[in-house]
Amino acid sequence: MKVWHFSEMAYHPGWEELGSSLRNVVPSRVYDPEVGADLYHRYLDEWALCDELGLNIMVNEHHTTATCTTSVCTIPIAILARETKKARLLCLGMPIANRMDAVRVAEEYAMIDVISRGRLEMGFVKGAPFEVSPANSNPATLMERFWEAHDLILQALTTHDGPFNWEGQHFQYRQVNVWPRPYQQPHPPVWMTVASPGSAAEGGARGHVIASLNTGYLRTPDIFESYRKAAAGAGREATRDRFAYLAIVGVGETDEEGKRRAHQILDYSRTTPRAAAQFWFPPGYTANEVTAQKLHNRSPLMIPLRDGGEFEMQTGTVDEFVNAGVAFAGNPDTVFEQIKEFNEHVGGLGHLLMMGQGGHISHEDTVGNLTLFSQEVLPRLAAL
Amino acid sequence: MEKFELAGVSLDVEVLGAGPPLLYLHPENYGQLHAPFVARLAESWTVYAPRHPGFDGRRPPADFRQVGDIAYLYLDLLGRLGLDSAAVLGASFGGWVALEMAVREPARLAALSLIAPLGVKLGGRDDRDFADLSALPDDEAAGCLFVGTPPDLGTFTEAELIAVARDRQFLAYYGWKPYLHNPSLARWLHRVTAPVHLIWGEADRFVAPGLGEGLASRLLDGRLDLVPGAGHYPQIERLDATIAALAAGPCAGVGG
Repeated sequence: MKVWHFSEMAYHPGWEELGSSLRNVVPSRVYDPEVGADLYHRYLDEWALCDELGLNIMVNEHHTTATCTTSVCTIPIAILARETKKARLLCLGMPIANRMDAVRVAEEYAMIDVISRGRLEMGFVKGAPFEVSPANSNPATLMERFWEAHDLILQALTTHDGPFNWEGQHFQYRQVNVWPRPYQQPHPPVWMTVASPGSAAEGGARGHVIASLNTGYLRTPDIFESYRKAAAGAGREATRDRFAYLAIVGVGETDEEGKRRAHQILDYSRTTPRAAAQFWFPPGYTANEVTAQKLHNRSPLMIPLRDGGEFEMQTGTVDEFVNAGVAFAGNPDTVFEQIKEFNEHVGGLGHLLMMGQGGHISHEDTVGNLTLFSQEVLPRLAAL
Repeated sequence: MEKFELAGVSLDVEVLGAGPPLLYLHPENYGQLHAPFVARLAESWTVYAPRHPGFDGRRPPADFRQVGDIAYLYLDLLGRLGLDSAAVLGASFGGWVALEMAVREPARLAALSLIAPLGVKLGGRDDRDFADLSALPDDEAAGCLFVGTPPDLGTFTEAELIAVARDRQFLAYYGWKPYLHNPSLARWLHRVTAPVHLIWGEADRFVAPGLGEGLASRLLDGRLDLVPGAGHYPQIERLDATIAALAAGPCAGVGG
């Protein structure tokens, strides 16, 4: 199992002032660029440390939010492509239905792949519903734009005989000719985030790596099974390295220390629901049958527990998140056993996307978390 | 319900009432709340009410994405119905469709009545001619559309709620960007030769103040009537006053 350290580069100093809504409509006067510069360098240092620790690196992007100041995922990855030597670099990812210039995406990815000497992993993501507004992308046609961008980017990265023509529904170029060509052949590995059996099947049919984010004990097995079925249907073998899972990880010398670290990181999860209600269901983004139920009944985000109960995402405790399989927390033995059990439950993970930094956890605790994990847990995961 | 196949598009057209023909183009929201209005129209006209592609639950063809496509479809429909000189009533999104029809084939339309039509932006790049409903809290968005108590979605059936979601989906499909307008439509308004009667709720906060006057002034034969006590849908909030305005407008004078 490979492990990837993920952080959203949160601007947590603004959270208290912003209150119930941290996304979309929050004024940037709350953001102090001097504090923000320190935070950017701190988070980059933590990722750079991963290169020494044997961990890989994952970044994402969000927009108009104090929960994540990585507004362009390729910027930290570009910096780290030069600053690191061994770690693989995962962008998970690029919201390709919200990026109006797909060829530019291919260029950014190709350039990073060459600079990193072939260490890039290319993520293509649908993007959260509240990302529609900042991009002003049409939510009613989002998925057809996603797949057209996907096809165009891959064709752009794998065509090496001069320009080709692309006059699609959403993207039009008459001379697509990306330089440089990527370092990895035919192209860097493709990852997709998935949240349902339906999206997992799309990944399975294409043989991409799927990453299921915080879907826990109850939802993840169906998602992975759907991938396996679709892969088999397409004549592909769904090897373990096709399956990734993102969880919050807090490790300490004691269970108490590990849980304390996880508790602080979990403010990532607890702040996720803090977006104004109207941005959760852009028209056509979700199936109308689902949106219809939410039109007048905006219930809080809930996470299912292993025993069938549920808890509110915004106020959950460490023990609840651990029970749900959304967090792994405790001393190294405890955390290893939790990951091992989850791994068996879902039928085998190739990648653990470890949120080792988030919320209010300090730099010192983050370094302690990553270091202890890499020394005491990572070697044992290699055998899984 | 009559069914038509026009240019490869399936179309359901409700036909009701008696009297001179009136093509009625529905707005973007709350279908069942407009039913009393359509019933009143049917007392004076033979109403032809197509359900816009997409809003009808069918996926439009891949190359059918512009409001102008709907306009051509309904021009074909008028031909199929044998209506050479038609009266057209369009509300909000339906008013946008009617304007797109009128600039394309002005001679085919004898009279237009438009209730708070979308489709024309007259403000500058920093101005919101149409409130960004999907970025507003529910109560504020409802307050843009209704001056009185807005519809209580809690009383809607499941099918009606799904219809609301679908209507919003297809308003986005046709009108997300540029937002609810065709940037070149204002340029061609002079082509509309028929009399155009604009009816607007006095307290419409969805559409920028002054848009009605601006539209009327750009039309060769345009006139604006304001309906007191109504927001964006006077046909819901002030049904009698809206019917009275229509009865005094150009669509009332068009024979069959």
